[in-house]
Amino acid sequence: MRENSSKAVKHTKKKKSPGEKVFSAIVAVFLVFACLIVIYPIYYMFICSISDGYAVTRGEIWLYPKGVNLRAYEIALTYQSVMRSFKNSVQYTIVGTLIATIMTALCAYPLSRRELYGRGLFTMIITFTMFFDSGLVANYMVVSSLHLKNTIWALVLPGAVSVWYMIIMRTGFQSIPDALHESAYLDGANDLVIFWKIILPLSKATIATIVLFYAVGIWNAYIPGLLYLDDSAKYPLQLLLRNIVMSSSAAGSSATSVAADTAALGKNIKYAVIFITTLPILVVYPFAQKYFVKGAMVGSVKG
Amino acid sequence: MPVKAQKKDTWKHVRRKLWKSRYLYLMLLIPLVYFFIFKYGSIGWLAIAFKNFNAKAGLWKSKWVGVKYFEMFLNDPYFFTVLKNTIFISLWSLVFYFPVPIILALMINEVKGTKKKKFVQTVTYLPYFISTVVVCNLAMYIFATDGIINDVVVKVFGGTATSFMSDPNWFRPIYVITEIWQQAGWGSIIYLAALSGVDQDLYEAASIDGASRWKQVLHISIPGIAPIISIQFLLTMGRMLNVGYEKILLLYTGATYSTADIISTYVYRRGLIDANYSYGAAISIFQAVFSLILICIANKAADKIGATSLW
Repeated sequence: MRENSSKAVKHTKKKKSPGEKVFSAIVAVFLVFACLIVIYPIYYMFICSISDGYAVTRGEIWLYPKGVNLRAYEIALTYQSVMRSFKNSVQYTIVGTLIATIMTALCAYPLSRRELYGRGLFTMIITFTMFFDSGLVANYMVVSSLHLKNTIWALVLPGAVSVWYMIIMRTGFQSIPDALHESAYLDGANDLVIFWKIILPLSKATIATIVLFYAVGIWNAYIPGLLYLDDSAKYPLQLLLRNIVMSSSAAGSSATSVAADTAALGKNIKYAVIFITTLPILVVYPFAQKYFVKGAMVGSVKG
Repeated sequence: MPVKAQKKDTWKHVRRKLWKSRYLYLMLLIPLVYFFIFKYGSIGWLAIAFKNFNAKAGLWKSKWVGVKYFEMFLNDPYFFTVLKNTIFISLWSLVFYFPVPIILALMINEVKGTKKKKFVQTVTYLPYFISTVVVCNLAMYIFATDGIINDVVVKVFGGTATSFMSDPNWFRPIYVITEIWQQAGWGSIIYLAALSGVDQDLYEAASIDGASRWKQVLHISIPGIAPIISIQFLLTMGRMLNVGYEKILLLYTGATYSTADIISTYVYRRGLIDANYSYGAAISIFQAVFSLILICIANKAADKIGATSLW
């Protein structure tokens, strides 16, 4: 890092040729443009959600909010199904992340131990499922034959272990020196004790990465709810949001009672619901970003 | 005699190994049960593709009908439409999405100054974590007839508003645009990692030889990440048939089925909504088997060009 920045200093001290200047300018313009494209839709939904409803409907909002007020949020938050779905999503995310992280760790640790007899076979059995997707009908059949439909388990169990995250976690466990195991064995510790007392405390960063990936994934998912929940009182927020928006568009072929209820909502209120749905992500993201990137790096190198 | 002795020895050896790792097996048992129930169990349920499945009779009592459902979809002209649409969406992504993360990574790599670099990365990774539902909703509002794009176009060029969302010709572009918005930043990480592995002395030497930065990108950076680009290219080809239905279910409407309906959305409607489970399972088998073959070919090809194996 330090070396890099000193190089950069040297770079700027050198006189730039006109060609270099043009090059730097093109790079800067491209990247500023890229950032604007990313930020603008998020900014746009935010200013629409705090603007006067009529101004939004007339399409007057595009650079800054007009008639700033929080009415849309007040209405959205008093709207029963929004609050209910928010609570559902929080519940599904906490329970789902907990189960998924524990299951993934239970899978990753044994597979990280080189002395495990049959390790290759187990790894093959597990990774095969990554490349053979039996499709949504078969998955639906499993869930409904186990009578999990309309329960939280339908949302948290079918995706409990992501092979991809398991590989990331296994790589993390493998980076812990073998000597620690050896000395713990000599002290009479068994694998469960070693896992609990040595491996987990040393893998906090890896675990944090996986927890975040699972939590974001479950929070953002709408498909399991769509497939396995019939009762709209159990809908997660993303599914509710889908139905609210679908109801107002031409795609409203699957109109539900929730959708019908909310069809009359103003546009700014819909933006407010979208923003409420995204807010947890926006709050967590700045702190979590370095873990995400670390996870992606491990995945790309070892995958 | 010696062979037998050795065998006995190995078995003893294995048993000792098994016993020594007993707690590891105990741990592994729980996830293995999960994989057998939810993953292999669902592969088992694919058997209904060969049966005339009805929910009342259940899996075991439904009658075998052989390859009836496979014949059915091979004789279904609409199946070829959805197959074609799946491949077309993959090709559109390959042509218009695939280069974007590479270009983005090359650009970010040219930014001097750690803070600026960090900022651009933080911003461009963000959309990856925003849910598909939100992304598609934003796209629908932005591309709507009274959305901001139409507002600007009508104001600047005049004319009437285009209904992008219900025009089949616009479906693929909109799909790829949302793909770029949501994935390109995150997708650039892998190329940035590869770029950081390129020998920095090469740049130093090149600039002493008077190579411009553009020349350095062309002759050092791009060759440096070429192996990763080819692996990613092969992987993308291998996933040709695996276009997810998560996003398409949100973006398509009856009006755009002619370009938007893909294998998995068709399975969702015919198989699940219309409760034609056996038919849906038959199409899923087709898709899963061909995907597996494509991925195996891609892996072999990656091995051939000297890249490390994908799994």
